[in-house]
Amino acid sequence: MAESLVEARALTKRFGSFVAVDAIDFAIRPGETFGFLGPNGAGKTSTMRMIACVSPVTGGELRVLDLDPSRDGPQIRARIGVVPQDDTLDTELTVWDNLMVYGRFFDLPRPEIRRRAEELLDFVRLTDRRASKVDPLSGGMKRRLTIARALVNQPELMLLDEPTTGLDPQARHLLWERLYRLKQRGVTLVLTTHYMDEAEQLCDRLVIMDDGRIVAEGSPRALIDAHATREVVEVRFDSADDRAAAEPILRGIVERVEVLAERIILYTDDGDATAAKVGDSGAPQSAVLVRRASLEDVFLILTGRSLED
Amino acid sequence: MSATAVLRIVERNLTVYSKLWRGMVFSQFIGPLLFLGAMGVGLGGLVDDNVGTVDGLTYLQFVAPALMVATGVQLAAGESLWPVMAGWKWMGFYHGMIATPLRSADVYGGFVIWTTIRVVLSATVFLIVAAALGGVPSLWGVLAVPAAGLCAAAFCSLLGAFSIGQDTDAAFSAIMRLGIVPLMLFSGTFFPVEQLPSWLEPAVWLSPLWHGVELTRAATSGRFDAPAILVHVAVLAGLIALGFCWGTAAFARRLTP
Repeated sequence: MAESLVEARALTKRFGSFVAVDAIDFAIRPGETFGFLGPNGAGKTSTMRMIACVSPVTGGELRVLDLDPSRDGPQIRARIGVVPQDDTLDTELTVWDNLMVYGRFFDLPRPEIRRRAEELLDFVRLTDRRASKVDPLSGGMKRRLTIARALVNQPELMLLDEPTTGLDPQARHLLWERLYRLKQRGVTLVLTTHYMDEAEQLCDRLVIMDDGRIVAEGSPRALIDAHATREVVEVRFDSADDRAAAEPILRGIVERVEVLAERIILYTDDGDATAAKVGDSGAPQSAVLVRRASLEDVFLILTGRSLED
Repeated sequence: MSATAVLRIVERNLTVYSKLWRGMVFSQFIGPLLFLGAMGVGLGGLVDDNVGTVDGLTYLQFVAPALMVATGVQLAAGESLWPVMAGWKWMGFYHGMIATPLRSADVYGGFVIWTTIRVVLSATVFLIVAAALGGVPSLWGVLAVPAAGLCAAAFCSLLGAFSIGQDTDAAFSAIMRLGIVPLMLFSGTFFPVEQLPSWLEPAVWLSPLWHGVELTRAATSGRFDAPAILVHVAVLAGLIALGFCWGTAAFARRLTP
C-alpha cells in the first residue's frame, strides 16, 4: 500500500441508477504523472472528485495518501492540490488576495502565505498581475492562477481535471511547460484529459476510460505498441459515397481498418508501402497521409469511436 | 463544523467585504436608516399628534426596534438567496473552499455566522441612530442587537438551506415579494397585532419576524415579560437548530454529491 499514493479497487460511483464509474482498479505511484484519458462522460471527473474527497465513494475501495477519504477527507485535502475543470477562483478578489485567502483555508500563517505567494506568482508568471482582479484575466492566466492556488499548501499530490480545455494553443503549451516543471520537482500529478496529445506529452502512465470502465492501462508508448501498429495511413474522401466505394478495396490492403465519418484509417507497420498500395488500388480518395500511431488510434481500436465524439 | 474552519470563511468574507463595502453600505446601513426617518420620524410625528401613544410608547419608540429587526431580516434574506447560488453555481467559490480542509458544513456555518455578523453590525448602527433620535427609552436596548441577530440567523439558516437546493433562482424573487415583504408588514412591525382581524391574530405566531420584533421591542422599551421572552428565544433558537440540520445536509448534497 505504501508505494502507492492513490489506490483503487473496484472503485464505483453511482448517481441513482446511473453508473458513472464502474468498478475500476488503478494505482498511482509517487512522482509519476498519471492520466485518465477518455471522452466526455467516461467517468474521469467522477473519479477525480472521489480522489479529491469531495464525492463519496459508492462502492469498492479507495485509499489516498494511505488514508480513507470517507473518514479522513480534511486531512487528505490538506495534502493535495486541486485544479478543477471549471475555475472556482474568487472573482471579486485580486490575484494576490486569492492566494492569501486560500492559504488561510489551510490554516497557514499569513507571513508564510505571503512568502509562498510571491514564489508561486513568479512560478506561474503572474507577478505583474498580482493587483489585478480575476475577471479581466485571460483563460490561460486564470488556469495558471488556479494552479498557483492549488500549490499554496505544497501538495504531495496534484489533481488536474481537464487542465487545458478551452485554452488556445499558446496558453496550453505554457501550461504544459509549467506542469512539466512541477513534475521535475517531484510532485505527483494526476490529470484527466480528452486530448491525446496532452496525455502523450505529460503522462508517464495512463488509463484509457470509456463508459465508466478502464479499457487499457500503460505508458503512452506501451499502449500504442500493444494495441496499434507502428504506423497509420489515413485516407480522406470528398464524399460518403466515395468512402463507401473505397472501403472494400482498402480492407483488402491491410488486416485492420477503422472507418470514420470522413476518413478511413489503415493500420500498418510500413506506412509508405501501404500508402503506395492505396495509390495503386484505384480506390476513390482525396488525400492520403502517413503518420505514427497515437493514443487516439488506441482509443479508436479499443472502442470503435473517436475521442472527440 | 469546526470553529477554526468557520472563522477562516468569515476571514475570506471580510476580505471580499473590505473590497466591496461601498456597494453594500446602502443595503446594510443607509436603507434601514431611511426607513427609520420616514416611518419613525415622519409618520411617527403624524401618529403622535393624532393618536397619541401606541402601547404607551411614542410611535418612533414603537416602530424603531421593529424596523431594526425587520431590515436586518431583509438583509439576511437577500444574502441567503442569490449569493448562495453564486457560491456554488455562478461563481463557484464554494467548490474552491471544499477542495481545502474545509467541509461543506463549514461552508454553511461560515455563511450563517457571516450573515449574522453583518446584521449585527447593521443593527448596532441602527440602534445608535435610533437612540439619538429618542427612539430607545431603555438602556436594556443594547440587548435588541443580539435579538435582531438571533432573528436574522433564523432566517438565513433556513433560507440558505432552501436556496442551496434550488437549481435556478426562479423562486428567489417570489420569496422576497410574497414571503419577506408580507412578514415585514404584518408582524407587529408598523402597528400592533391587535389591529389585525381577530381571526388572523394567532397567525403571527407563525412569523419568525414577530418573535424577533417582540424581543427587540421588549429590550428597547425595557418592558420584560420573562416567560414570553423565553418562548420567543426558544422559537428562534429552534428554527436555527432546524436550519442547521437542513442546511448541513443540503450543502453536503449540493457540494459533495
